[in-house]
Amino acid sequence: MAQRLTLQVEVVTTTGLVFEGPADEVIAPGGEGQLGILPRHAPLMTTLTIGALHIKHAGSEETLFIGGGFMEVSDNRVIVLADDAERASDIDEARAEEARRRAQQQLDQAAGDIDRAALEGEIERAIGRIHVAEIQRRRRPRRELPTQG
Amino acid sequence: MATAREIKRRIRAIKNIAQVTRALQLVASSKMRRSQDRVLAARPYADELLRVLSRLVRASADEDEGNVFRGEEHDDADLSLLQEREVRTLGILLVTPDRGLAGALPGNLNRRALQFVQEQRAELGNPNLPVQFVAVGRRGRDFVTRNRLPLLAEFTNLGDIPRMSDVRAIARVISDAYLSGQVDRWYLVYPKFISSLVQTATPVQLLPVQPPTDVAEDDAQANLDYIFEPDAGSIYAALLPRYLETMIYQPMLESVASFYAAQFVAMKNATDNATDLADDLNLSYNKARQAAITNQILEVVAGANALS
Repeated sequence: MAQRLTLQVEVVTTTGLVFEGPADEVIAPGGEGQLGILPRHAPLMTTLTIGALHIKHAGSEETLFIGGGFMEVSDNRVIVLADDAERASDIDEARAEEARRRAQQQLDQAAGDIDRAALEGEIERAIGRIHVAEIQRRRRPRRELPTQG
Repeated sequence: MATAREIKRRIRAIKNIAQVTRALQLVASSKMRRSQDRVLAARPYADELLRVLSRLVRASADEDEGNVFRGEEHDDADLSLLQEREVRTLGILLVTPDRGLAGALPGNLNRRALQFVQEQRAELGNPNLPVQFVAVGRRGRDFVTRNRLPLLAEFTNLGDIPRMSDVRAIARVISDAYLSGQVDRWYLVYPKFISSLVQTATPVQLLPVQPPTDVAEDDAQANLDYIFEPDAGSIYAALLPRYLETMIYQPMLESVASFYAAQFVAMKNATDNATDLADDLNLSYNKARQAAITNQILEVVAGANALS
């Protein structure tokens, strides 16, 4: 039997390696829309936007929050250079909510364009984080549902 | 010869100094370890970014020359970060520690920066080539102002963990000066962390961007027929600022590690010296005390003899 092809995924940020491991499928928040990557994908370079990165392997799925960045796919290697990344299970939803609220408050009082853009980015990231955490939360109970019949 | 009491006082003073330097030595050693970990943690991102950039450069070179530069939506400003031009003004980003007590490290850095400017002037055949400095860290800032060199901007007290927002601000100053034509070539001088005993002041070119050309064997044969999304130009435009930030962030982390390593060594030497000095003085003290006792005995004996 030929060995089943898998992708080798690496997610790195400036503060370290966030994820490293094999995958059967990767779904990434591409700058031009969601992207699904399967083994033997053509070489690809793309920008990433804020959103959820799903890494599926052997029936299980790992979800990460990505705060924008780049992705390179070549030779069954997927490299995600993220500006910010966090595993869904590590996300502190209360903290993200707090960060969003604080940024929103500052935005309401702030003057000047640069400040504004930075704060809006922060809000977007916080919302993205919360969103990813919700996906993770919703997925879990579903597995525990008893089968009908 | 100093009296026993004077020597005693000096011994006490030196022991106090040794206590302080030993405390600093211990603090520096633990902070050195933590800052080294941060340098290592940041490395995978920097390595991958360089690899992606080098592939992007080669992939777009394979296509129609200059093809990359003809995208419509992106800013041309970012792409000019790649283009060489005549050097009329040199820029030096000097990354130094904020604090002292680190032996020769800050002095070496500043000296190396000046020496590097001279080298560049000689290489470019213009002994009066103007230079602009941007200082990160107080030691470099003080050096630049003390020597009345032109200081474009300064960033001090950034702490042991440089924040991305600070790095971005520095990168913006650098690229703005470059794009406005104020500076035609940027170098960064920083204390490269080689080991806990060796840190070398090292110059690196920042702008124009020098895409890494050294590639591994297997990488050279990699399929470079990339799909770009949305297009190569946009990816360049997004990647180059990240590249610049990384090129500044990584040296800043290393500078912190180097600082603590240098401080550790300096403080260890100071502690050792203080201990040696205290030992020597202890010997002198014993001698002085013995001499005083001998003197007293002689006086007593002489007094007794005079009476009899």
